[in-house]
Amino acid sequence: MTKILMCPPDYFSISYAINPWMKVGENSDPEKAKKQWETLKETIEQLGAKVEAMPAQPGLPDIVFTANAALVYKNNAVISRFKFKERIPEEKFYAEWFEDSGYNVTYLPIGMSFEGAGDALFLNDTLFSGYVPRTDIHSHTLISKLLKIRVLSLELRDSRFYHLDTCFCPLTDGYLLYYPDAFDDYGNKVIENNVSENKRIKVSEEEACMFSCNAVNVDKSIIMNKTTSRLRKEIENKGFTLYEVDMSEFLKSGGSCKCLTLKLD
Amino acid sequence: MKVDCTVEIQGHIIDSLTLPKIMDTILDLGAAYTIKEIKIGNDKTNVSYARLNVFADSHEILDNVLDNITKQGATLLEEKNVTLGECPKDRTLPDDFYSTTNMITEILLNDEWVPAGNTAMDCAIVVDEKNKKACCTKLSQIKKGDKVVMGHDGVKVHPLRKHEDKSIFTFMGSEISSEKPKSLLINKIAKRMQEIKENNEGKILFVLGPAVVHTKSRDNFIKLIKMGMVDYMFAGNALATHDIEADLYGTSLGISLEDGNPIPGGHSHHLRAINKINQQGSIRNAVESGVLKTGIMHACIKNDIDFVLAGSIRDDGPLPEVITNTVTAQCEMRKRIQDVKMTIMIASMLHSIAVGNLLPAYVETVCVDINPAVVTKLSDRGSFQTMGLVTDVEAFIRDLVCALERIAVK
Repeated sequence: MTKILMCPPDYFSISYAINPWMKVGENSDPEKAKKQWETLKETIEQLGAKVEAMPAQPGLPDIVFTANAALVYKNNAVISRFKFKERIPEEKFYAEWFEDSGYNVTYLPIGMSFEGAGDALFLNDTLFSGYVPRTDIHSHTLISKLLKIRVLSLELRDSRFYHLDTCFCPLTDGYLLYYPDAFDDYGNKVIENNVSENKRIKVSEEEACMFSCNAVNVDKSIIMNKTTSRLRKEIENKGFTLYEVDMSEFLKSGGSCKCLTLKLD
Repeated sequence: MKVDCTVEIQGHIIDSLTLPKIMDTILDLGAAYTIKEIKIGNDKTNVSYARLNVFADSHEILDNVLDNITKQGATLLEEKNVTLGECPKDRTLPDDFYSTTNMITEILLNDEWVPAGNTAMDCAIVVDEKNKKACCTKLSQIKKGDKVVMGHDGVKVHPLRKHEDKSIFTFMGSEISSEKPKSLLINKIAKRMQEIKENNEGKILFVLGPAVVHTKSRDNFIKLIKMGMVDYMFAGNALATHDIEADLYGTSLGISLEDGNPIPGGHSHHLRAINKINQQGSIRNAVESGVLKTGIMHACIKNDIDFVLAGSIRDDGPLPEVITNTVTAQCEMRKRIQDVKMTIMIASMLHSIAVGNLLPAYVETVCVDINPAVVTKLSDRGSFQTMGLVTDVEAFIRDLVCALERIAVK
């Protein structure tokens, strides 16, 4: 059974701006956000996955985005090192949760930024990892040596897609949902060299801006914020079932379904 | 390229295309690189490693390159100072001393890059810490208490980068073949000699074997001297002896230079020639007293060409100017090599290899021999900068003189 870590949006707000989507003064509606989060949780649970919830923390509005807690591989958790000082205090709470849950917890050197599963996603047995906006590429080598896995680095060149999980979403059976223009030519070449054409589902700029790549995948089901009928059709043609969940309050913070979840297996 | 640094890159740099991306970035930003080391991981979970030297024309360019490539995964390598060891006695180095190449070398001494002078291969680097000086030194010249560079830390070797080299080397390529168009090559050599002289780039050294005399090329070589194209001449006892023999008896190793026939008693001419010089005390005295009237040695003395004659076991005599102590001869040659820009080695395997061992790699070296094996041998022994010309020496010198005369007329 798929296990997913989430954190309720008890203290979620737009208190600072650390990505182009965040605008201080354009706050989210707490009630609406709570409702959207609960709908997402219920949808995940209805698809047969188990959701584990960690407690929210006052003063840490973004702790709700558990995708950035750590990179989880087998029983190992490599705890994130946040780039922005606003999110650094979250590290301690994520680490505590993983320690308490019996994971083998690893910390990267201080100053080497790495934002967990927000920037590191497995596709088959290869870890694709984003870099520049939030994650330092030097962490990729350390993680590769630490976990003895192949890590392919992809530079993110569009500031709107500041984490890999905003533009790159591995799916069941080796499929990949991604927005090519978020990557440079080298990144696109790496993707093309490693994912065959019939497994690649490209999204348009419009769809990418709707956070269509920031999706939760449970078996052959995909949960995402509202998207276009074109993409829905293409995804369904590949044998997946698409569930749309309104994430408008979290979009104000530059996050959506995937950012609010962390797969634990 | 004035400034440089070393960076390393590791990870899945091949399949992530990180390495080609960094290389492209370096070039796109107006710098250059050489790969110093590369290790490719042999399975999917093994990381690869590359170490690059990055060169740029200015600190601004280099800083910009580093700003970009460090974001792409390169790490600037810290520079370590050299480690020094003390020589326990004369002609004895401590174990693990650094052995030089023939390329320009610098050492990091107390956080300052210091050039190692007298570039030559197979030397130790002797360091004078007080005066911040370093010098490539042959084993024979090592003195007790000398401080020498140990290991590889703090040593930077500047490789020759052919694309920057506007000399004949780019034109000639390094392969040795008798199939190359000689006149084209010789014209290029002549042009380059002329450039070196015009721009005061350095000295031109000729290394000669006795075949220059045997093939009756003396007059043409004397023309080169008179044109000012010869600054130094290195040879052995034989070249000087047969040159003098030719002047005194009209033969070279007993063969008439007029009709190519052996002369009765000719076999003793070279010995008689040496004896004549010994009677005068030296070649110089023989020229000044008028006993020696023509020839290469005569022209060298008359035109103040600095020459070194180095002896060998086979020598008859030898002539008074011949240095029979090989270590002394080597030192005399090294003294003169420091300002040499071009070396032309003609028909002498042993002297060519000996001089090749002393030459820094930046000296443009042309080796002319009828036997391709001589040039190959020179390259195989480390003088990879040598460009070979397989041809008859008489034809080479004649064509070189003609080419230089044509340039002069123009």
